Amino acid sequence: MKRVALLGMPNTGKSTLFNRMTGGAARVGNWPGITVELLSGKILLGGDMVEIIDLPGIYDLHGFSDDEQVVRHFLHDNVPDLALVILNTTQIERQMSLLLQLKQLDMNIVVLLNMSDEAKKFGISVNVAKMSALLEMPIFLISAKYGRGYPEALQAITKALRYPTPGMAEQLRSQLEQDQHIETEMARVLKHTVQVPVRLSDNLTEKLDRVMLHPWLGLPIFFAVMYLVFQGIFMFGQPLQTGIAGLFTWLRETALVPALGGLPQVLQGLLLDGIYNGVATVAAFIPIIILFFLFMAMVEDSGYLSRAAFLMDALMARLGLDGRGFVMLLMGFGCNVPALMGTRVMRSRAMRLLTMLVIPFSLCSARLQVFIFFTAALFSPKAAPIVVFSLYLFSFVAAILTALIFKHQFKNNEPFVLELPPYRFPTLRQMVLRGWLEVRHFLRRATKFIVAGVILVWLLTHLPLSAAPASADTLAGMIGGFFQPVFAPVGINEQLTIALIFGFIAKEIVIGALAVIYGLSGDALSGAIGQQLDWVQAYSFMLFTLLYTPCLATVATLQSESKLLKFTALSLAWSLALAWLVSFAFYQGARALGY
Amino acid sequence: MPSTTLAALHPGETATIVSIHAEEALHQRLLALGFRSGKHIEMIRKASFSGPLQVRIGTTDVMLRRSEAAKIMVCQGASGT
Repeated sequence: MKRVALLGMPNTGKSTLFNRMTGGAARVGNWPGITVELLSGKILLGGDMVEIIDLPGIYDLHGFSDDEQVVRHFLHDNVPDLALVILNTTQIERQMSLLLQLKQLDMNIVVLLNMSDEAKKFGISVNVAKMSALLEMPIFLISAKYGRGYPEALQAITKALRYPTPGMAEQLRSQLEQDQHIETEMARVLKHTVQVPVRLSDNLTEKLDRVMLHPWLGLPIFFAVMYLVFQGIFMFGQPLQTGIAGLFTWLRETALVPALGGLPQVLQGLLLDGIYNGVATVAAFIPIIILFFLFMAMVEDSGYLSRAAFLMDALMARLGLDGRGFVMLLMGFGCNVPALMGTRVMRSRAMRLLTMLVIPFSLCSARLQVFIFFTAALFSPKAAPIVVFSLYLFSFVAAILTALIFKHQFKNNEPFVLELPPYRFPTLRQMVLRGWLEVRHFLRRATKFIVAGVILVWLLTHLPLSAAPASADTLAGMIGGFFQPVFAPVGINEQLTIALIFGFIAKEIVIGALAVIYGLSGDALSGAIGQQLDWVQAYSFMLFTLLYTPCLATVATLQSESKLLKFTALSLAWSLALAWLVSFAFYQGARALGY
Repeated sequence: MPSTTLAALHPGETATIVSIHAEEALHQRLLALGFRSGKHIEMIRKASFSGPLQVRIGTTDVMLRRSEAAKIMVCQGASGT
């Protein structure tokens, strides 16, 4: 199968073009010579199947950034039959350099000058025929977003694929050294073919920036925007999540329970509470992930995410992070899973890993459910909001502390020089495609892991079969008993330890697990817990719940996004250690003070 | 002609790049974004709390930290190309 590689600088609309070509039928895959996964899609072109590969956006073919190395290694080990080079027409003056570097590699090249609509608006005119002749390459003006010029470009691509694939020059590096004449060549081509007005007229962006990046108003506006996005995602997301959970319960009660009624009790339990619940857990994330990326596509494609980076950088730079990481951290307060996936916008791997280490400390909506239950059971209605607020503070402090401690291990070496693209309206198509791709990615990567985890916890809480489920005689009870010396000093009793084992799957099921463990539910359960625990124990349990592993889906996402078992293990170990230390300090401190 | 660093420019001021004294990775990135000696550059704004700078070079708006801008020497008032 012939391979077409998409190449271009960041912010050229490369992904938009990729989505237009593949229509969302893309998948991630591994390639020889590189460690990161790339999106690719197969399409029918001129009667043959062709594979389109979306390479990361790069500024320079011999730069030092992670992405630039990926592209170099990819081209070296997987010579494409055609390189489709996408340039942003509005910035053609400087983007031409990448094209000329690629030209030296002797590849089959078709050039697409994208964002022709914007260029026209700015008064930039390009003599395509002349440029094509000077560079000896087919060149087309297109708008990937609206599809103008696209059919003609596709024809040229089909035609170009009929040529034999040239062999990649052996000494890629030495080829790249001959850069000196690129500048003169660039000046020559541009002089004859491109006309740029002295001053660009993009009043809208200028005016918007004057408000959005205002020295005083900028930050309040940023927090207001974040609040709206957050509310938007979780206001629509939570009913959908509840709806999906309801649908799964309904299906279980009306169809599966009667159908499996003939099976032995254990097998029923394993199938329904193990596998089926695992699938239901995965499904509950689907609406949140889709909504998150719908909104994120809006924030990102509109150009606002780079403005957020501008506004928050003063603070985040001290933590070894950048402003985009702060946005993801905030979104983590809704749900950690899509926030972790969203860190992909950060192109420096070290900074991305550091952000991923920090996000699990965001107090997500599932943890909030546990806290509301416990504060209602143990604190007066007047104290309850203060208690929940203090947990939010702990969440922020844990995140900042983690960043400060680990920023030297995950040192970012990439220069912080970012483009501020003009504000643009994203199309609905772009947004929906993004949400759909991300959900597929999550399902493919995380389902097995999550279902296996749910089954494991089911087995732990139900074996040996003679014991009452989730009681002290089960494996989970034994583990709880075994770890009692560890948990006693932080005020967490055996029943709560078993609940923490459940909480490893998802915080949503902690209260349900407590109901099984105590054999009570609703007000009776909160009454019993209120009787058994004092507020110091309860607060210590909440601190532990806040800081230790958020849920299996988060662990699965940490692993699928980092592809580093060591990193996932570090995140698990660090959050457990921090949870224990903080709970210990609090519990022993409060007891020492006489509470 | 007074020569200063890019970081010292005030919002609204324009200058011409004289030279870039950055390590290789930063230098490459700046080159790719259009930073070359002789180029016109305009300071658009500076973020509060010693935050990053927004500059305009050619048709591109770029943000960079003050520490990085301090490595770019510019000359005010001269007419560049």
